Amino acid sequence: MNKVYNRIESIVGNVITVKANGVRYNELAQIFTRFGKSLAQVNKIDGEIVSLQVFAGGQGVSTGDEVRFLGREMQVPFGEELLGRIFNGSGAPIDNGPVLRDNMKPIGRPSVNPTKRILANRMMRTNIPMIDMFNTLVISQKLPIFSISGEPYNQLLARIAMQAEADVIVLGGMGLKYDDFLYFKDELSKGGALSKTVMFIHTASDPTVECMMIPDMALAVAEQFALEDKDVLVLLTDMTNFADAMKEIAITQEQVPSNRGYPGDLYSQLASRYEKAVDFANSGSVTVLAVTTMPGDDVTHPVPDNTGYITEGQYYLKGGRIEPFGSLSRLKQNVNGKTRKDHRALMDAMIRLYSSYKETIEKKHMGFAMSRWDEKLLKYGELFERQLMDLSVNLSLEDALDLGWKILADCFERDETGMKSELIDEFWPVR
Amino acid sequence: MTGKTGKVVSVNGNMVSVEFDGNVSMNEICYVKVDDIALKSEVIRIRGNVAQIQVYEMTGGIKCGDEVEFTGDMLSAELGPGLLGQVYDGLQNPLPVLAKQAGWFLERGNYADGLDPVKTWDFTPTARPGDKLRAGMAIGTVPEGPFTHKIFVPFYLLGTYTLKSIVNKGYYTVKSTVAVITDSRGKDIPITLSFKWPVKRAVKCYSERLAPVETMETKVRLIDSFFPVAKGGTYCIPGPFGAGKTVLQHTTSKYADVDIVIIAACGERAGEVVETITEFPELVDPKTGRSLMERTIIICNTSSMPVASREASVYTSVTLAEYYRQMGLNVLLLADSTSRWAQALREMSGRLEEIPGEEAFPAYLESYIAAFYERAGYVRLPDGSKGSVTIGGTVSPAGGNFEEPVTQATLKVVGAFHGLSRERSDARKYPAIDPLISWSKYRSVIDPKKSDFCKNILHHGDEIGSMMKVVGEEGTSLSDYMVYLKAEMLDAVYLQQNSFDPIDANCDTARQRYVVDKLVTVLGSEYNLNDKDEARGYFNRLRQKFIDWNYTEFESDAFKAAEAEIDSLYQEGKGTISPEADLLLKDGE
Repeated sequence: MNKVYNRIESIVGNVITVKANGVRYNELAQIFTRFGKSLAQVNKIDGEIVSLQVFAGGQGVSTGDEVRFLGREMQVPFGEELLGRIFNGSGAPIDNGPVLRDNMKPIGRPSVNPTKRILANRMMRTNIPMIDMFNTLVISQKLPIFSISGEPYNQLLARIAMQAEADVIVLGGMGLKYDDFLYFKDELSKGGALSKTVMFIHTASDPTVECMMIPDMALAVAEQFALEDKDVLVLLTDMTNFADAMKEIAITQEQVPSNRGYPGDLYSQLASRYEKAVDFANSGSVTVLAVTTMPGDDVTHPVPDNTGYITEGQYYLKGGRIEPFGSLSRLKQNVNGKTRKDHRALMDAMIRLYSSYKETIEKKHMGFAMSRWDEKLLKYGELFERQLMDLSVNLSLEDALDLGWKILADCFERDETGMKSELIDEFWPVR
Repeated sequence: MTGKTGKVVSVNGNMVSVEFDGNVSMNEICYVKVDDIALKSEVIRIRGNVAQIQVYEMTGGIKCGDEVEFTGDMLSAELGPGLLGQVYDGLQNPLPVLAKQAGWFLERGNYADGLDPVKTWDFTPTARPGDKLRAGMAIGTVPEGPFTHKIFVPFYLLGTYTLKSIVNKGYYTVKSTVAVITDSRGKDIPITLSFKWPVKRAVKCYSERLAPVETMETKVRLIDSFFPVAKGGTYCIPGPFGAGKTVLQHTTSKYADVDIVIIAACGERAGEVVETITEFPELVDPKTGRSLMERTIIICNTSSMPVASREASVYTSVTLAEYYRQMGLNVLLLADSTSRWAQALREMSGRLEEIPGEEAFPAYLESYIAAFYERAGYVRLPDGSKGSVTIGGTVSPAGGNFEEPVTQATLKVVGAFHGLSRERSDARKYPAIDPLISWSKYRSVIDPKKSDFCKNILHHGDEIGSMMKVVGEEGTSLSDYMVYLKAEMLDAVYLQQNSFDPIDANCDTARQRYVVDKLVTVLGSEYNLNDKDEARGYFNRLRQKFIDWNYTEFESDAFKAAEAEIDSLYQEGKGTISPEADLLLKDGE
């Protein structure tokens, strides 16, 4: 039943074309090259000319190689037996475990009906004050971690994976350095989390097309677990590599680039992945945390820029800290009104004052005399950075709030904080 | 269905080429048949006997030779009673109905009627046999929520008609014929409670378009006092991500002084729609005392839903807005975000291999944006009543840089510009509308002279602030420093608003006028303060009092008490009012 063709018409980069009839858009094929077989996916049909992107890349493909159409779209296996397993971007195991063939599920399914979603309103505690107190992570939220290369983003991701309460963790690695892959494996097994983790790994040396499949596979598996009443945390690293893979394919296919070479549908492509984050009514949830490295620390680069418009905020990792400016959890107000009544007001006041501190520091560096107010701000900024912002700080939300009041009281008078008097009366530490 | 068909010859993303015989019209709706399902599509280019169509669904599985069925109709919205309170996708499929049919996911090829075909409505005829009628004139009414919903002669009927017969008062479905009208050649046309209108055409069944003069209260001080929006006007809110565009739209949809709000969630997050769907039925509209959802329509085509229907969704929304305007109502359309719509145009343009304009947007971007905003307006209707469609669109400029095609094209055609700034939002100032760059051509709810007076302080304060960054505090004179402090205070106590506080978030005109007078007194006074530390301390205390005042209910005892505290603090500072401010306050009386 499978159609087999023995003539490849053209090979450009990772894209080949064959003359074929009755082939469906997005259908999978197998191609047998001198390096073994690889999957390929139809991404354009023009009359009888069918273009396919070859997962293993165009290298070494001969015009006489065999192309066998499979009559189905891309699928992933699903089931409890996935836990603890590691797969590559073609869905093949890379942990020497058995190949799973049962219960195959399609990837890249349609979007969830918005009326079947429920309002995200459960906090996901991480015991990192810059997250819990200032930018609370919420179950079913989609958040990127904006970072420049060299920042400890994978360490942060691993720490969140271990400390956050999730039933299942799905890790999708795109263009991952091999040692980072080993790091995740080691950390998760040390923390005892490996047995609830599924990994889809594309390392930097693997073919580009496989990189593009990683998020879809990871999210398809996550979605299935969520429909089985599990709270799933999906960790993706690094989405910039995913976008670059798309760029590469788009350019080889001569698409009109829109911004810095990225295809015009970059936003829609990223959105259809991030929007898989969901809290199903009466069932589980998918929460997505995705690293997005910013080339040259430029948040206006198309990838972080488009991402920021899609996600519900972002964590901005800079200088080994989650920056309070630029970082934002849009869903925090869904949960931080229910934690403790001073949470919101304290958070706002502390950030406002920290912003004034930043201005003062600038003035100081320019050599201006510091007023009494400036001195207060300087003291405050130093305490804030050391006691709350440092990534190594491990505090519950309540302890972090108490510490916040203490820092304020150490530095300021009551009416200098700009908060409602009622809260100040209740929470201002008495000495 | 016309029974006309074609065959697929190529597939590229959501663009499919179809070979056909006979005639096909531009923007005609057709269905691509894949296995057992039919995928809705629209013709967007015709060349010879090949039509290029954009498919409103994912195109996986389509192959050459698949059959395409043409309908002969353009993409239309179904207009009639039952639109209010609905949650639609971009093609007017009610999402709750789709959920009933297909479950968790938006399965492709699954469609539903825009209006419930079974529900009956209590129809009261208002026209009599023999009446002369034209398109857009009412023949009767049905009650819909808090409104009297008029039943119209369909907008697409040209010329004058005579009412031949009309049913008695009673219950009818949207599909049942309630009247028959006769055209000049004696042909009978049945009229039902609902009819279809092609969404990409503006409804023009009004007598006259008027200038938008009446201010639409949003209850946001910064907007109403300084950068107001008029009923029937247009405004845009560009801003980088995270600056609070959606929160601002959301607050506006709750508190704006209009009859109907249509929320077009275009290419944005599904979670935000869920928030509205969850919250609105619980909230009470102060005007009608009924649920806020009863005055709201949500058109949601979130970012992960197919791109082509995202393009359609803004047109569907504005069509519904125009329909309710025809009943003499004031409608506010909030489009979030028009950039996503523009991007949808760009994606299709790329697939059509059109020559790209700036940033690969199509060359017709500007005219499309202009045409969309021009569908807003304040009009006089055939029956003499007035209605309005106000359009507020957010823009999501790439990199937060307003010098990009969508923002620039939008600024040319709107009447007010609320530019959000990253700086203000980073400092957690809400709303993050930057008063230094924003503008409005509409009338403020406060005396424009007072508004200018306040804006002057802001501009002056900003200049001094940037100078201070260079010369330092010690290089600034005490009087300049005071202006700086005044600007800071004005920002903190009036421009900023707590959207989570039910009282502070909802600041009406009377209160704005009252508070501004107080502010003009305080800001327009000279104080007898010795040095900068003392000045800062004084203004910090003043600021604190004003903030507390903002949280008290207008004209309540707490309000009066807080005001008295401000007054006594003002006395303490030995403020003497400047002649300019004094004149302003007397002017108003």
